[in-house]
Amino acid sequence: MELIVNGNRVEVEPEPGEMLAHLLRERLGLTGTKIGCEEAECGACTVLVDGEPILSCTYPAARAAGKSVLTIEGLADTYFVGRSQEGAEQQPMLHPLQEEFIRHGAVQCGFCIPGQIMTAYALLQHNPEPSEEEIRHALKDTLCRCAGYPSIIRAVQSAARRLRGEEPLPPLVAPVISESGRSQPSLHVIGTLQPRPDAVEKVNGTAKFTDDLKFPGMLHARVKRAMVPHAILKCLDVEKARALPGVHAVLTAEDIPGERNHGLVIFDWPILVGIGERVRYVGDAIAIVAAETREIATQALELIKAEYELQEVISDPVRARQPDAPQLHPKGNLLKHIKVRKGDVNQGFAEADVILEHTFHTAITEHAFMEPECSIARPTPDGRMEIYVGSQIPYADRHQVARALGWPDERVHVIGQLMGGGFGGKEDIAGQIHAALLAHATGRPVKLLFDRHESLLVHPKRHATQIRVKIGAKRDGRLTAVETELYGDTGAYASLGEKVMTRATTHSAGPYEVPHARADCYAMYTNNPPAGAFRGFGVTQSAFAIESIMDMLAHALRIDPIELRRINALRVGSVTNTGQVLRESVGLLDCIETVARELKQRAGENPFTSRIVEGQPHLRRAWGFAVAYKNTGLGGGAPDKAGAEVELYEDGSLEVRTSSAELGQGLVTVLRMIVAEEFALPPERVRVVVMDTDLTPDGGPTTASRQTFVTGNAARHAAQSLREALAASLAEKFDVSPERIRFVEGLAQVNGHTLTLGEVARIVRQEGRTPKAFYEYWAPKTQPLGTGGDMHFAFSFAAQAAEVEVNTLTGEVKVLEVISAIDVGKVINPLGLQGQFEGGIMMGIGNALTEHFIVENGIVITDRLARYRMPSIMHTPKITAYAVEHPVEAGPYGAKGVGEIVSIPTTPAITNAIYNAVGVRIDRLPVDQEVIVRELSRA
Amino acid sequence: MAIWTHYYIPQTLDEALSLLCREPQSKAIAGGTDLLLELQQGRHPPVRTLVDLSQIAALQRLEMSQGALWIGASVPLNRVIAWPPVRHFATALCEAISLIGGPQVRNVATLGGNVAHALPAADGAIALLALDAQVLVASPEGQRLQPLLACYAGPGKTALQRAEIIVAFQVPACEKEEASAFRRVMRPQGVAIAIENMGIWLRRKDERIEDIRIAVGPSGPMPFRARQTEQVLRGKPLDEETLAEAEKVLKSEARFRTSPHRATAEYRYHLAGVLLRQTLQTAWERTQLNFAEELGPLSVKG
Repeated sequence: MELIVNGNRVEVEPEPGEMLAHLLRERLGLTGTKIGCEEAECGACTVLVDGEPILSCTYPAARAAGKSVLTIEGLADTYFVGRSQEGAEQQPMLHPLQEEFIRHGAVQCGFCIPGQIMTAYALLQHNPEPSEEEIRHALKDTLCRCAGYPSIIRAVQSAARRLRGEEPLPPLVAPVISESGRSQPSLHVIGTLQPRPDAVEKVNGTAKFTDDLKFPGMLHARVKRAMVPHAILKCLDVEKARALPGVHAVLTAEDIPGERNHGLVIFDWPILVGIGERVRYVGDAIAIVAAETREIATQALELIKAEYELQEVISDPVRARQPDAPQLHPKGNLLKHIKVRKGDVNQGFAEADVILEHTFHTAITEHAFMEPECSIARPTPDGRMEIYVGSQIPYADRHQVARALGWPDERVHVIGQLMGGGFGGKEDIAGQIHAALLAHATGRPVKLLFDRHESLLVHPKRHATQIRVKIGAKRDGRLTAVETELYGDTGAYASLGEKVMTRATTHSAGPYEVPHARADCYAMYTNNPPAGAFRGFGVTQSAFAIESIMDMLAHALRIDPIELRRINALRVGSVTNTGQVLRESVGLLDCIETVARELKQRAGENPFTSRIVEGQPHLRRAWGFAVAYKNTGLGGGAPDKAGAEVELYEDGSLEVRTSSAELGQGLVTVLRMIVAEEFALPPERVRVVVMDTDLTPDGGPTTASRQTFVTGNAARHAAQSLREALAASLAEKFDVSPERIRFVEGLAQVNGHTLTLGEVARIVRQEGRTPKAFYEYWAPKTQPLGTGGDMHFAFSFAAQAAEVEVNTLTGEVKVLEVISAIDVGKVINPLGLQGQFEGGIMMGIGNALTEHFIVENGIVITDRLARYRMPSIMHTPKITAYAVEHPVEAGPYGAKGVGEIVSIPTTPAITNAIYNAVGVRIDRLPVDQEVIVRELSRA
Repeated sequence: MAIWTHYYIPQTLDEALSLLCREPQSKAIAGGTDLLLELQQGRHPPVRTLVDLSQIAALQRLEMSQGALWIGASVPLNRVIAWPPVRHFATALCEAISLIGGPQVRNVATLGGNVAHALPAADGAIALLALDAQVLVASPEGQRLQPLLACYAGPGKTALQRAEIIVAFQVPACEKEEASAFRRVMRPQGVAIAIENMGIWLRRKDERIEDIRIAVGPSGPMPFRARQTEQVLRGKPLDEETLAEAEKVLKSEARFRTSPHRATAEYRYHLAGVLLRQTLQTAWERTQLNFAEELGPLSVKG
């Protein structure tokens, strides 16, 4: 057949079963078109066929015969045809849409961006002046999990203006509220709006994610999953699969040369379940295949026969703790009993005028990062193994792969790739080890790509919890005691379950000063998919419980919900329920006041009363309020360190290197800005290299909102060390004291001379030294839970208000507006911060209203993206965000974490608003509209 | 394994019919937005040959003729939505298909596919049923016009034979004093299929409902016509007494069931009353509109 692709005539014969996305990606090399689901759900694969946007993952390639296809790679050309191309050599040629997506910070992980831009382009072709509503409708099925939907809308509006010959819109960033009485240090780069260093490649389709890579001789792997939740593997026959032409290797547990388990903290997760061993969830691997093509590998899976002796399925953590429950692991079903003790809760409840008790439930939820997991393992001629993967913890990958191969860690080289989102879901091993085992066995590069179905089944989720809260307070609102009991469903394997549930437990009394607190948590193994890290790290769940009961308490005491929180809020000098004295950087009250002020402007004195929508008596609106806190960093006595290296080059550029992960959150921009700040030069002069275990020092896991703080500090200190070393060299050469040497605007000023940084690099090299510095930053020491003292070196704080509209006839809930104030210590990059603010709130909305990963008796019901809803642009409320700056002394320029905190109070703010609107207390997530109707009809 | 081996794109109806007759394990594909997913996910028996209907001129018809709208079975939904007569003379259909899939899907998906897929709560089919659409079906023996429900054999099961093709839908255009409306209720979690949907067509005479058709899904194995409820409403004024009676009858004649993770039967019975009142009210108000006037923004959310 013949078709036109990006203006070029292409002759190609469609293959059986081939979709347009595969033709474009695999045979025409146009990998800018992404595949996120292959279910026509996510929109990442959107291309234009004869001017109309279609989903190329489910569009038969044959149907494109005679048609004209436009992909992201061809977009800029459509704009420049017939226009002056002056300056095109220096500047990448971008369509205004591409430029505006960058300028407005709408590009984060970047995986959805080609689909967003192509869909938006089609809209503007038909409608040069779309309303916000029309933009939402056009993009309603083009999902972004970083969820910077407001920025996307603004980018499209701005591009539309430019295309009409009007002025573009300025980017929207959160106003900053500074801690009163604090002087602002003078900074050049920090606090300015900076685009991402990888933004251009992400908007023009040249960005390479792991699945976009190909190597000569590369084989394709697939994994045979148990698909039974609990069983003993009795028998496994792989001979037929091995005999299938095109199959190069079929491996089972016996073929693992090294250790047979993997894990992040506890090595309890079998790489492959062996005969006679226990299958603990449907996603357990029993055999792996490498073949010439993915189709052959898939066929081979069907030829593998397994027999199981089925066991009783443990489907919830409460059952798991019962004495007669089958034991899933050698040490039993209890991963950890976590305890928090402060004062004497019995005394606290005795002193209380009011005591409330309620039990809450939260569901398993799914990260649903847009890019499904992909690993490529490639044996090198010198006997090492390269792993290409987008992973949140490259050094942990290296260690786990090496263990499985029985090699020293250094023989494995993890080469981190762009990551299409992670949110905690790319901390554990996915296909890295399997790919390496197959590459080792065959001597060929092996790609192991999860399809969305496999991704949903296999990787660890957010813990489902049951949380009972008992709270006591004096009549004036002062809390006297909080007692919580939590059950956490950590699923089949530990992953980071113990850490997650510890955080849930320590935060379960909320960001309040409570004289008497007691918390017990049982993190239990079950036969559900494992649960691990997920943005919020346990605090999402416990914040829902405590913030709900705080509103119930406000109601019982007839105290304004904001006032109740004000009375009890943590402040400088407060003691947390783990016994930590907060000495600085407690911006909670400022967050509360900021949101309260906005709320008053919008809704007057009584924002929490129910209002009927005029002319529609079945629609009721109200605001709800919630606060939260979240630690920055690992804490609990874990050594929290990161290494970074900064090098100066003879072209005057700098490079900063660390293994810390960029998953879309914007760390690379932060690191580049920090180094630029220290050298007082434009950020474009700084390159950032991340996630490579040969080239970059260990930055530790990218988790716990820690990277800006820990790796940011490492980069800052490394830059300072380098600056000092350079100054020392120059001082010696020019015979001046090092203090008289200054670095400004890419120049070194020495006693009246100015040298370019490139010249400085040459001078140092001539002295036989390399102008680079390494720094290993150790965060302030923390104490394990139960020992008192500082369990964490910093906390971020948040207050949010959400306005909802509840349909009393159908129970449907809509979030209309969210007001948010987050204490981030110090704003590094307002543009990146905005993305975190918007995306975090959207994820909180999803957690409250749309997201429910359903597992029944160990069987995953939500095994397709079509069954797991994440918020779309249609769910996007008006978002008003503020950044509050209460700097933390040890943070870089005062910064602390933001990735998680922003998402945490959103859910309870929404459920509290629902209560205020219609009087129904939501105590189980996600909100079930049917329950609302049922409760209303009961009332 | 490839989900098809041969893919044909015939240019004429005859060619398509003969391919379907000739090729073993063959299947007609319109937009394919449902079919391809079912094949990919192993929910549809394997096929060897797909016969693509998207290029056949006879299936691309979009015209008003003798008081009826003729909507080709392979016209992408977005083109149907953008065709002003649908908006004015078959408003329920316009509303319903605006809610199917997302914009990209609607550039490919077709009304023919919506009906051939034979789901009992397909938005397009519910609206077509309320509008009393007839279906033009081609087979090797010739073409015939048949009622919509004759295309259904059961939930997800079409009554059409392998070598039968839906060519077009004949939808009577609303005349003066006639109007239609469509509504649905979704659940924010899980599959994006309506928990319940309803299409209503009515003719008004002064302050009374002269004639009415009500279609509901999912009630039973195929799109459901609430004939007893229609009977209650016919000739009546739109007052609370009539509505209460109609609601009662609808709840007794419809057969709602519980779908795990989506909706209980109890909730669906409740929604039936809500949808009946709201959809009826909207259709009633629309009878007052002059078609020459702007209809105002249709609800196209979802």
